[in-house]
Amino acid sequence: MTSAEKLYFYPVWLRIWHGLNAIGILTLIFTGLSMQSSIESSHILAFNTIVKLHNIAGILVTLSYMLYFFGNLFTPNGKFYIVKPSGFLKRPIKQAIYYAWGMFHGEKAPYPISEKRKFNPLQKYAYIMVMYMVVPLVIISGIALLFPEIIIEKLYHFSGVFVTAVVHSTMGFFISIFLIVHLYIASIGKSPLENFKSIITGWHHIH
Amino acid sequence: MLPFFNNKLKHTIHCQFCWFFQWSIFLAYNFIFDMKSSLFFSVALLLLFTGFYCEAQSYENAQHHQCLKCHSNQTYSFLNSVKKKEEKRLMNPYFIIDTVALTHGVHKQFDCTDCHSGEYATYPHNGNLKLEPMNTCLDCHGGDASFAKYRFEKIDEEFKKSVHYRVYGENFSCTKCHNQHTYTPVARNSSNVLEIVDYSNKMCLSCHNDMKKYKLFSGHDNPKLVEVHEWLPNQELHFQHVRCIECHTEVVDSLMVSHDILPKEKALKKCVECHSSNSHLKASLYKYQNLQKRAEDGNLNSVLANESYIIGTHQVPLLKLLSIIIFLLALSGIVVHSIFRILKKK
Repeated sequence: MTSAEKLYFYPVWLRIWHGLNAIGILTLIFTGLSMQSSIESSHILAFNTIVKLHNIAGILVTLSYMLYFFGNLFTPNGKFYIVKPSGFLKRPIKQAIYYAWGMFHGEKAPYPISEKRKFNPLQKYAYIMVMYMVVPLVIISGIALLFPEIIIEKLYHFSGVFVTAVVHSTMGFFISIFLIVHLYIASIGKSPLENFKSIITGWHHIH
Repeated sequence: MLPFFNNKLKHTIHCQFCWFFQWSIFLAYNFIFDMKSSLFFSVALLLLFTGFYCEAQSYENAQHHQCLKCHSNQTYSFLNSVKKKEEKRLMNPYFIIDTVALTHGVHKQFDCTDCHSGEYATYPHNGNLKLEPMNTCLDCHGGDASFAKYRFEKIDEEFKKSVHYRVYGENFSCTKCHNQHTYTPVARNSSNVLEIVDYSNKMCLSCHNDMKKYKLFSGHDNPKLVEVHEWLPNQELHFQHVRCIECHTEVVDSLMVSHDILPKEKALKKCVECHSSNSHLKASLYKYQNLQKRAEDGNLNSVLANESYIIGTHQVPLLKLLSIIIFLLALSGIVVHSIFRILKKK
């Protein structure tokens, strides 16, 4: 294996963010589900502890999001998130067809990873949606729920807290779905564990 | 039961002053004219005066009400028979009646002396009247078919189990919480949960947040509610959105509002008792028929907000269903995809 086949894809700050985010999000999903279904989980963790854990993990994810946001703003990593107007829909569709059909029929990936392209179009869209729409919404609604007295009393005839809670958990749900798909897609590689190793070491192999 | 008390009080407005006045006119008329044939006119005159004076006796105009003209004011005057001069004093604040609330209360059709001794009609009042026993709510409401739906006997039975009764016995009457002058059945009639909560909590706070009243009754200082509930997250919001009795009573299915107030050690302290699909609130705060009715109406508000005490999306049935469908679709997509991957690898 030569160094030309290896790309240093994930700088330290990004791996720190990704690690903190992973721990935080997993904790949030576990505790969030536990609160939602109000499982009387005193034999695992008491409800109050679950709420406290959820709050702490929420703050952790918020702080790590800052790292991600400013990291992308001030380092070259941000350019991987730029969407080209040409083939706005065609490109992700092509990638989706590859996942659903092409990859089982010996076709080559239409948008292979390179130094200039870290994400395939579908991946890019998903990351933009999650990281720049869903996560900010979940953070804002989460902060609001931490300080419910700042939430407006009524939104039309719905309780403001109620609407915020529904937005928060809906976004949380999308993040959970994203996580499942994210983990699965990450297993598509030369070997299922290859991508997981990359996000820890920072180096990505080009095949 | 007191002798002047009529258990089957109907909508009557009467007052001793009016009757004395009317009868004296009636008797004087007969005495002067001594005409039996004028009896018809006498009765007509009587009715006229009855109508005229009774209207003046209504609560609507406190200034013209014999009792309220003093008892709605901060001060009262009386003729000091010893000093032979008129004196002005401050009214005991607990004897001042909120006349606006009075006209909206459930007992608005009764006059003061329907419940209080008729002797209060003399002024200045006889001091001994205070020492006479008052009527209790059950004197009217107990054993009466027209009040059966309110289950006063069951309320009494539950109340006798409560910490209030066990500590203070018969001294703790219904009126300690339910102001008989102004009471309105907000819990039954209001469709606004916040209003129900506010009305109910004010009953508790009228003593538990009132140093004088609390000490008068218990003999010791009232606990500081904010400190005692410090463990409760978002205390203020909880106090606005749920009633004290949600956690501090034993819920009884047959009663609209539980009356068995528990000792503080037995109060609910677990979040999940309310914040769960099997919420305690379903049996208490959200029990009211009006809310059930709203749920049946199926309007968007009730469908969406009915279970807002459960944390998360699952409080909206539609979103719950959608989330399960999306989750299953994602999962089955992954399973099918990985099966193909495994098959193609071989």
